[in-house]
This record gives sequence, C-alpha cells and structure tokens, in this order.
Amino acid sequence: MLLMAVLTAALLILPAFADTYILSVAILILYFAYLGQAWNVMMGFCGQLSLGHSLYVGVGAYVSAALFVHFGIQPWLGVWAAVLACMAAGAAIGVLAFRFGIGGVYFALLTIAFAEFTRIGFDHLRWVGGSGGFFLHVAQREFNDVLALRGSPAMFYYVMLVATVAAFVFCAWLLHTRIGYYWQAIREDPEAAQALGINTFRYKMLAIVISSGMSAFGGVFFAFYYNNLFPEQIFSMSRSIEIILGPIIGGIGTLFGPILGAAVLTVLAEGITELMAAFGWEIPGVKQVFYGACLLAVIVFVPRGIWPALARCLGLESRGKGPRDG
Amino acid sequence: MPLELVANVTIAGLLTGLVYGLMALGLSVIFGVVRVVNFAHGEMMTIAMYAAVVLFAAFGMDPFIALFPVAAVFFLFGYALQAGLINPFITRPEHTQFMLVLAVAIIMVNGLLMAFGPDARNVPVDYALDSFGIGPLLLDKVRVYAAVAAVAAAGGLFLFFKFTPTGSAIRACADNNLGAKVVGLNVKRYYALTFGLGSACVGAAGCLMVLLVDVTPVLGPGYTLLAFIIVIVGGLGSMAGALLGGVLIGVSEALAGLYFTPSAKSMFSFALLILVLLLRPQGLLGKRS
Repeated sequence: MLLMAVLTAALLILPAFADTYILSVAILILYFAYLGQAWNVMMGFCGQLSLGHSLYVGVGAYVSAALFVHFGIQPWLGVWAAVLACMAAGAAIGVLAFRFGIGGVYFALLTIAFAEFTRIGFDHLRWVGGSGGFFLHVAQREFNDVLALRGSPAMFYYVMLVATVAAFVFCAWLLHTRIGYYWQAIREDPEAAQALGINTFRYKMLAIVISSGMSAFGGVFFAFYYNNLFPEQIFSMSRSIEIILGPIIGGIGTLFGPILGAAVLTVLAEGITELMAAFGWEIPGVKQVFYGACLLAVIVFVPRGIWPALARCLGLESRGKGPRDG
Repeated sequence: MPLELVANVTIAGLLTGLVYGLMALGLSVIFGVVRVVNFAHGEMMTIAMYAAVVLFAAFGMDPFIALFPVAAVFFLFGYALQAGLINPFITRPEHTQFMLVLAVAIIMVNGLLMAFGPDARNVPVDYALDSFGIGPLLLDKVRVYAAVAAVAAAGGLFLFFKFTPTGSAIRACADNNLGAKVVGLNVKRYYALTFGLGSACVGAAGCLMVLLVDVTPVLGPGYTLLAFIIVIVGGLGSMAGALLGGVLIGVSEALAGLYFTPSAKSMFSFALLILVLLLRPQGLLGKRS
C-alpha cells in the first residue's frame, strides 16, 4: 500500500521536476500502457489474438485529425466519432471472423490482413494526405487547452495519465462483472463455455468492440500529441507488435502487466539508445538486436510475464488471474 | 492496353509466383507439421538472399549453384533452431511461440542491417538481361530458370514426403501426433527435421529470388506476410496448394502493378487472403478438417 501511495505521488508530481526528455519517455510509457490495456481486453481476457491493433489506433487518429483539419471539429467531439468508427471497424472484423468460426492463428492473420489493407488504402487516400503524411497545425505551447488537446507536454502527460488510470479501473471492473467471467471462460475453453450456455459469439464481439473503442482514444492522443500522421508508420505491423509486446512481457491477462511491460520495454529501448550514444556506436540495427535479445531472454526465462513472477516474489496474490499454462 | 504486354506481365508474374510458391512451401511444411507460426520466415528468406549476394561477390558463385550450399546450411540452422529453441515451446500457448519466433526475427532483420547496411544489393549475373522470345512473348531468362528450379525443388520435396520412410514418419506426426508417439516415433526429432527441410526450401527460394529483385534487410516482414497469405490461400498442408497460391499471388501482384500502381499491389493479395479466409478457410486445395 505504501509503495502504491509513493508511486501515485511520484506520478502526480513528475512534470514538476522532470525535464522534457524524461517527460516524453513517461508519456510514451503511459501511451503504450494504455494501448496494451486495450489489447489485453481482447487477448488477455477473452483469448482472441489480434495482431492488427494498429488499425484502430490509425483509424482513430485519422478520423479525429481529419474532422479537426477539414471541418474544425474539436477533438473532444472528434474522439467520439473516432471511437464509434473504430467500434464499427472492430465489429465488422468480429462479425466476419467469429461468424465464420475463424480462430487462433487464422484470426491473428485476418487482423493483420485488415490492418495492412487499410494502410495501403490510406496511402492512396488523397483527402488525408496519402503516403505524404497528414499534418495538424503545431500546438500553441503557451497556454493549455485540455478540451482542444493543445498545450504543453505536461498537459499531454496528465491527459494520458488519467486515460491510463481510467483504463485500468475500467478493466478491473470488467473482470469482476459477468462479462469478465464469461470472457475468461471463453479464453480457457471456448467449447466448454458454449456448452454452459454462454453466447460465445456475443461476448467475443463485446471484447473486440470494447478493445477497438479503447484503442481509438490512443490514436486521437497520438494525432494531437505528434501532430503528424503517416500511414506507413501508424498502420504498420511493427506498431501493432509494439502495442502487444508490453502486455505479453508484463503478463498477459493481468491488470498490472500492460503497465509494467510498457514501462520495462520503453525504458529498455531508451536505455539502449543512450548506451549506444555513450559508446559512440552509430551502426543502424544494433539497438534493435539488443532489444530482440532482451525480448528473447524474457520469453525463454519468464514466459508468463514479469508481473506474475514479481507478484509471487512480493507475496502479492495475482489479481488479474492470468491464463493457465497451456 | 496491348494484349502482348498483358500476356508478358502475366507470365512474368506466374514465373515469379513459382519462386514465391517454393518459399511458401517451406512455411507450409513447418506450419502444417510443427504447428508453429514461423514469423521469421521472410527474414530467413532475406538472409538466404544476402548469402547468395556474398557468395557471388566473394567466389563468383552463380546463385543456381549457391542454392545447394545455402539450402544445406539452412537445413542445419532450421534443425538447430527447432531442436534448441522452439521444441521446449511446443506445448505452450500460441502467442508465446509467436513472440519467441518474433524475437528471433527482430534479431535477424537488424543483424542484417548491421552487417550490410540499408542499401539494396543484387547479384549481377551476366545473363541477367537475356530473354527467350516465343512469338510476341519475351520471357526473362533468369525468371524461367528460377521458376524451373523452384518447381524441381518442390517436386523433390514432394517425392521425399511421399516415398521415403522418413517422409512418411513426418506425415504421421502431422496427421496424428499422439498416434505417432504411440508407435514410437521421436516426434521432436521429426519436428526438428521438418523445420530443417522448411528452412532449406526458403534458403533455396532466397537464392532464386535474389535474381529477380534487389535485396534490402527490411524486405523480411513483407515476405513473411506474403508466405502466410500464399499458404492460407493455397491450403494448409497441401504442397500443390502452396505452388498454386504462389502463382495466384504472383500474377495478381503483376497485374495490379500494371493496371493500378505498383504500390497498391499487395492490397490485392490481402484482399484475396480476406476473401479466402471467409469463404473457404481451408484454402483452395486444402482438406476440410
């Protein structure tokens, strides 16, 4: 409890003493923690492996940015359009996949296919800049306007902090509702769940719609924080993989896993960059090779993720009830 | 649009598609038997392409010769990868296996980037620009040879699986894992053998592919997706299906590049994948399970 209190206090006052670089890393951690939490709803809770979450982030980003640039609609309104658009996209993919009984690896490949298809589509969509990129007017840094998502990095930090905490609380609540228990039943054994009378189609749909809707906000944040969007980047498969690495490393199906995983991976990536700069190694690829090696080590030695292992060491009961070892 | 141009582009796509087919065959064999999603497949393909580039630059070795040593080394590498790293993960959940192979793939792409840099490389063989003229058709010599070699390699693999005891044993492991264990087959050893064979296929395919396109380290993930699309379109576990899928994708890419823009070509492959997954999830030539 004391640890939690100290951590909360540290998170709240961080922008007061952190420099721009630390703050940007903290924002990145929160961003990936939030998206990891969103992805975890589908995979961690319901057992549906999506490798195309960049689709929802990208669509969310482009919808809100296009509404803002072309029609002057403020992001606090645009975010609802983005969430609805992503929920519709998620529902469409869900209906197709779950109605036709596509699961496991095939479902994962279908999500990649939709994300890549959309990426190439946006590459040729002139209305939002095509492959040349889509740009928002650079933010006014002098004053903070939370509703317009224009302001200093500290404001973006607090916005993302609130979103991450909200996602955490929402997921914690979901897990203890009927929906959450049904999801876990479907994850552990879909046939048994169906035999018990759970409408697996309906609850899988619910998982993909909630997960895609949550991801949409991540996209809106991305658009207004970075002010530029390229289909090549935001829809790429490597972006989807970045999203899912956090929860997998942290502990899939747990509530703290996505947050811990995002923190570990982001700090690791930044640390390696700093280390390389310190040694003056400017060879491209070195950083990612280290990154891959660390990833490999975690998967081989802590396959269920860091959080369950850590929770056991600290004597905490694993709250999120991660999936059993297959 | 002149008919000859369309015919030429279609045939070029078909020939390239056969090399795609050999690459996908490696994936199909691994996925069909070991049931592990080899997300490093395209990355292995690019490594083979670089191996052919290096062998040509160092010894002037023609890629059609180089494919033998490269395939042999790839066989050993695949065997070691499966025996050392992946076998302990066989009973783990799919996403864990996926992450494991993905980590290997990240190391491969960036290892190539470290070793060769981001610039494109190719193999400047002296017959690169020769072609066969059949009536109004012009067939690139390298493309024809590569396609013939790909079909020969695929045929050799087919005969191996059909007629040798080891081949039958591997098929037994794929058809009924428990049954194979009951009759005393060392399933994990056959898994390693299969991964080795699949790797040898992709090694040979890489040597052929480098004759047709320039290689950069970042090609890997694209080839991985392409191989998956081909395998799923053609039908998992069907060797003819992998070649058919390769040809379909090769032709659709070529025609999309002709009628639309080359940058949109993979959009058609993904559309084809989505259609096949929804309408015929077992693939065009796959058996319904």
